[in-house]
Amino acid sequence: MRALLEATNLRKSFGPTPALDGAGLSVRAGEVVAVMGPSGSGKSTLLHCLAGILQPDSGTVRYRDAELSSMPDAQRSELRRTDFGFVFQFGQLVPELSCLENVALPLRLGGIKRRAAESRAREWLERLEVTGVADKRPGETSGGQGQRVAVARALVTGPSVVFADEPTGALDSLNGERVMQLLTAAARETNAAVVLVTHEARVAAYSDREVVVRDGKSREVEPAR
Amino acid sequence: MSIGHTLLGLLEKGPRHGYDLKRAYDERFGQDRPLHYGQVYTTLSRLLRNGLVEEAGVEAGDGPERKRYAITDAGVTDVEKWLSTPEKPEPYLQNTLYSKVVLALLSGRDAGDVLDTQRSAHLVTMRELTKRKAAGDLADQLICDHALFHLEADLRWLELTAARLDRLKTEVVR
Ligand SMILES: Nc1ncnc2c1ncn2[C@@H]1O[C@H](COP(=O)(O)OP(=O)(O)OP(=O)(O)O)[C@@H](O)[C@H]1O
Ligand SMILES: [Mg+2]
Repeated sequence: MRALLEATNLRKSFGPTPALDGAGLSVRAGEVVAVMGPSGSGKSTLLHCLAGILQPDSGTVRYRDAELSSMPDAQRSELRRTDFGFVFQFGQLVPELSCLENVALPLRLGGIKRRAAESRAREWLERLEVTGVADKRPGETSGGQGQRVAVARALVTGPSVVFADEPTGALDSLNGERVMQLLTAAARETNAAVVLVTHEARVAAYSDREVVVRDGKSREVEPAR
Repeated sequence: MSIGHTLLGLLEKGPRHGYDLKRAYDERFGQDRPLHYGQVYTTLSRLLRNGLVEEAGVEAGDGPERKRYAITDAGVTDVEKWLSTPEKPEPYLQNTLYSKVVLALLSGRDAGDVLDTQRSAHLVTMRELTKRKAAGDLADQLICDHALFHLEADLRWLELTAARLDRLKTEVVR
C-alpha cells in the first residue's frame, strides 16, 4: 500500500550538531508506528518535521499528494488542523477553557456551531470515559484524565494522522496503559494512523511496527512474522 | 513453579480426583503449559508418600484415576510455609544476550545489529501479549503484564547497552 505520509532523507540542525541526519519514515493509512530511540536522538524533531510544525533544512515530507515543505505556511497550518491530531506529554489543553470546550475547540476553529461541536465533543469524552470532567478546567483534572481529554481533542476532527509524543510519559503504568488502549482503539476505529514517539517498550507494544532513531538517523523495522 | 505445592493448595478447598486437579490447575495456572497426567499422578504419589495428602475414597475398578485425594494437616502446614516463604529473586547474572554482544565486539561484528534484532523480536512478543491482554479477563491481564514487565526490563537493559557500546568495545578488545 502506498504511504499516506512519507519523510525522506531529513536533515535538521539547531546549531552545529544535526538533530536529524538523514532520517526518514513512512506511514500507511491506519497503522500505528512507534518511534523509539535514546533521549536526544531526534525523535521529537522527526515528529515535528512530519507534522509540518518544523521545516527541515533539507529532505522531503509528502502527505498524500502534497509536499509539506513547499506549502505556504497558512496552508500547512490549515492541513494540521483538518488532517492531523496531536497528543503531547502535557500542557496542550487551554487552561482557561473547560475540558468540553477544549475538545470542541478544533471543531469550532473549523467553523462548526457551538452546540454541534460540543455535542460531538461530549461523545468523545464519553468514549474516553471522562464525561465527569466535561465542565472542569484542565488544571482541575488528574494527569490521566487530562491525557484522555487530550486524546479526545486529537481525535474529534477525524484526523488521518495522530501524532503522539510520549503521550503516557507523565502517567503511572495503569493509566498509561488505559490511555494507550483508548487511543489505539479509537484510532483503529476511525482508521487514523498514529505516529507514537515513546521510549517505553510497553507503550510501543501497542504499535504495529517500530522505527528506531539513533543519532538523527532512522531505521524502519518491518514487523517480523 | 512448584507443582506439588500448587496441587496441595488446590486441595485445600476439598478432596478431588487427579483428573479434577489437573483441570483446576490448567484452568488457573496452566496458561501455555498444561500439566500431563503423568506429572499429576507422580506428584500425588510423592505427596502421599510424604503424608501431605491421603486417599479419600476409591471408586470401583482400579487405576489411579479412581482415587480421590484429600490434604492432610501436614499438607496444610506445608502450603502455609510455602506461601509465607518469599521466592528467591532471580539473580539474572547469566545472560546470553550479553555474551552475544561481547562476542560480536570481540570478532569485529556489529553488536548494534545484535541488539536491534533482539529488540525487534522482543517487541513482536510484547505486541502479542498486549493483544492477548486486551482480549482477556483480569487473570489474563495479570499474567500477560508479568511477562510484559520482564520483557520490558530486558529492553531497558538493551537500550542502556546500546548507548554504551562504544565504551564496552574499548574495554572488551583491550
Ligand atoms: N528547539 C531546539 N533548539 C535547539 N536544539 C534542539 C531543539 N530541539 C531539539 N534540539 C536538539 O536536537 C537533538 C534532538 O532532540 P529531540 O528533541 O528531537 O530528541 P528526542 O529523541 O525527542 O529526545 P527525548 O527522548 O529526550 O525527548 C537534541 O540534541 C536536542 O538538544
Ligand atoms: Mg522528545
